[in-house]
Amino acid sequence: MDKQAIIRSIIVSSPEIIVILGACLMLFVALMKNKHQLNILTGLSLAIVVLAAGITAGLVGAPQSAYGDTFVVDGLAIFFKAIFFLATALTLFISKRYLEEENIGEGEYHALLLFALVGMMIMVSGRDLLVIYMGLELQALAFYVLVGYQRRDPKSTEAALKYVILGAVSSGIFLYGLSLVYGLTGTTELSAIAVSLSGEEPPGLALILAILFLMTGLLFKLGAVPFHMWVPDVYEGAPTPITAYLSVASKAAAFAIVLRIFLEGMNQVGTIWIDAVTVIAVITMALGSFVALVQTNIKRMLAYSSIAHAGIALLGIVAGGQDGVASVMLYLLIYTFMNLGMFAIIVMMRSGAVRGDNIDDYTGLATSHPFWAFLALIFLFSLAGIPPTAGFFAKFYILVALINQGYVVLAVIAVLLSAVAAYFYIRVIMVMYMKPPTRHFDLALTPMLRISLVVAGIGTVGIGLIPGWFLDQAQNAAFEAPLAQARSSSLLH
Amino acid sequence: MSDLPLLSIVIFLPIAGIPVILGLKSDAAIKWATLAILTADFLLATSLVFAFDASTATMQFAESVVWIRALGISYAVGVDGISVLFVFLTSLLGWICVVASWTAIDTKIKTFMINLLVMQTFMLGVFCALDLFLFYVFWEAMLIPMYVIIGVWGGDNRVYAAFKFFLYTLAGSLLFLVGVVVLYFEGGRSFDILVLMERDFPFHIQAWVFLAFFVAFAVKVPMVPVHTWLPDAHVQAPTAGSIILAGVLLKMGAYGFLRFSLPMLPDAAQYFAPFVIALSAVAIVYGGFLALAQEDLKKLIAYSSVSHMGFVTLGLFTFKSNGLNGAVLQMFNHGITTGALFLFVGLIYERTHTRQIAEYGGLMKVVPVYTLFLGLFSLASMAVPGTNGFVGELLVLSGAFATGKATGAIAIVGAMLSAAYMLRLIRRVGLGPLIHDKTRSLWEINGREMSAALPLAIFVIWVGFYPAPFLDILGPSLDHLLGQVLGP
Repeated sequence: MDKQAIIRSIIVSSPEIIVILGACLMLFVALMKNKHQLNILTGLSLAIVVLAAGITAGLVGAPQSAYGDTFVVDGLAIFFKAIFFLATALTLFISKRYLEEENIGEGEYHALLLFALVGMMIMVSGRDLLVIYMGLELQALAFYVLVGYQRRDPKSTEAALKYVILGAVSSGIFLYGLSLVYGLTGTTELSAIAVSLSGEEPPGLALILAILFLMTGLLFKLGAVPFHMWVPDVYEGAPTPITAYLSVASKAAAFAIVLRIFLEGMNQVGTIWIDAVTVIAVITMALGSFVALVQTNIKRMLAYSSIAHAGIALLGIVAGGQDGVASVMLYLLIYTFMNLGMFAIIVMMRSGAVRGDNIDDYTGLATSHPFWAFLALIFLFSLAGIPPTAGFFAKFYILVALINQGYVVLAVIAVLLSAVAAYFYIRVIMVMYMKPPTRHFDLALTPMLRISLVVAGIGTVGIGLIPGWFLDQAQNAAFEAPLAQARSSSLLH
Repeated sequence: MSDLPLLSIVIFLPIAGIPVILGLKSDAAIKWATLAILTADFLLATSLVFAFDASTATMQFAESVVWIRALGISYAVGVDGISVLFVFLTSLLGWICVVASWTAIDTKIKTFMINLLVMQTFMLGVFCALDLFLFYVFWEAMLIPMYVIIGVWGGDNRVYAAFKFFLYTLAGSLLFLVGVVVLYFEGGRSFDILVLMERDFPFHIQAWVFLAFFVAFAVKVPMVPVHTWLPDAHVQAPTAGSIILAGVLLKMGAYGFLRFSLPMLPDAAQYFAPFVIALSAVAIVYGGFLALAQEDLKKLIAYSSVSHMGFVTLGLFTFKSNGLNGAVLQMFNHGITTGALFLFVGLIYERTHTRQIAEYGGLMKVVPVYTLFLGLFSLASMAVPGTNGFVGELLVLSGAFATGKATGAIAIVGAMLSAAYMLRLIRRVGLGPLIHDKTRSLWEINGREMSAALPLAIFVIWVGFYPAPFLDILGPSLDHLLGQVLGP
């Protein structure tokens, strides 16, 4: 590698470098005891995120690769990084008050958040299975600690332990699949894998196993059935801002590498995995929707809701093609706004003795706090996919992608299951609006929390009303990923 | 055509008024401001009707702005003879709802009025949309304010009713959405309603999409057997909610058939017509018998709606000029009459807090004016000559008989049933001796209540004696529609 290539690589990966350096800086700052420490940590972290976001914005344009084509900054990577920056910034905004409330503000929280961020950034920029794996592990390790950050709370510790064990197993399985792919193709680079696999006909047992293992590892990260068991426990036990971060950013990152690995690397052998993913998507959606119906804890309910949403987004991957990829990307962006918004509402409820975890804690909120209840209503209707909110457009575009490929039956199943899912979202609205308040609300409405709620609200309504620009961005970023063949399960083709 | 986007102003004026409402403190000011906004909207809509050129079937006051370029979605609105009538009806019932809620709603008045305004915009949007995506957004967005209106200000069992209403309509609408996207791809990537009307879809596409649309519209109409949400929603909703439900929302199902199923999927519409007509006949008779057995005033009117909307769907699927004209006129009539009946049940409920028919009797002796109005609207509902119901029902019947004697005969049975339950209502509530203490101290309707009742009464009699202006507005559009269904 000549000198120029090294400099170019550094420039292309400078956002990652800045965030890593920033995370290390946070470790030092955390050591200096000071009564304004939390303010300093929050402010500095935000500044780092904004700086990285600014540089990333400067990299928009033709795809640039670095480090011998193992690292790429293309439309897909930039779109997902935008989601991560947004999610990280909003998480920082909602974290501060929560950390004060739980008295866990000191220490490595912010450093770990930034490490998770850079891990995810590397994941989406990786075009080499090893680079992707490195990013995956970096973010996973940071999240393991963050989930258990409330170390005095047994639930948090339990969640962390479950997450570590199951996460490590799934990473191992993913790594095994990766090694099989390397054995079969002699490379870990995605484009080379695609070339190497294009001649494979019919697929051998080893390849099927390799894909099975890779898929298992990734489906675990997505929280798809049958690897969803960890989701409710981890979501319930983790500190609420971390649950929020995990549910949007980590999930988006996992989807990004599913897009990269399966629609770029493994697209040639689509017949092997498409059927399996279709079945998994439907079961995931069904299980998430039905089990969420009986939850009484709002974080567990949102955990099952996020399982159901993962199922819907998986349908976008099944659809494939430019619309399919773009629909998944847009879905994740919109999901970031609405889900983070809803979690910010939960953080808002966490005050004093009230944990704000139970759906009953919300009884009569609309009577005393109409505006914040209205924002919660927007987020919930958006999660349920009712227009004119963004959640509707996200779902609509997935349907468009599906039907474009002839999967009408899948589309019908998807909409019927989303009608089931609507029930538990509007149940929360019912509790807030249609029951008299049973207690006095003491909401944790710090200015930062207010801002994050309003930003999430504007995003949720704004994208719903003018989705055009965001749609264009997603479509431009989506690389052309034509499916090997359309299947014959369609009703109307 | 003027440069002013008149139609958009009519649609969005109610929602644009929300900041004003938010800024107001006193309840009285909020009520007056809402009334002013909706009355202004009504006047604008009326001027729209006067400016409307009734000699053509083309879309008028049309506007179109690109909304989502990548998917070919635009904000396109316009009205023909059919929609202009419903824009008028919606805007009329809009301010009547405010008047009806003046004292009936006594908690969270600001939120209630905002919901009414939002609802009004979405409903007007549904009738004006010329883009399927836009139509769907308005159509489904309506669920939000309606869910809140029923669930927050409704009766004792309001939460159950709100859930049932929401989930029934949502499940139906989502299938409609799949049908919409299928049409989008089959019709050459277009959501433009006028473009899709010109397309000639192959029969198997038409059939599947028809069924998907049918579920959505049948739930909204509602047709038997998916009508069970209606009695619950009607009984539990506050008066304004009932008026909106009966007056406007039920019309949207039938409007969907008129705007989409018939012109876009004519072959499937004809193929499934016997099935729809059979369901309509069942609804007419079954709804009538159910209404006959009700002891609750609102339930009685709710089931009578099932029966009356059966006439509408029957008329639509006769594919005869008379049947079609009658059906659309009957939609308008039903909005006026049933809206009025719910208003009057609401007025008496406010005074006595009971809806049980058995707890009334002899109201003629204490509140004669009230009883006269109630009698008038009941007569209109049973289609006595000289009222609006008669004209519509007669046209539908003549269409039904032209299609088949059996259909006509069943429809006649339904008409007789409606006389039976409505006369029973008048006899048990209005006539006879005054037996209940609670009703002795009733007070007569006041000026505010009268101001809501009078316009409705005027339309009952106007359409009853001189329906020509209404049929003239509808004529060209319905002829055009009939041409689209039956082919050249």
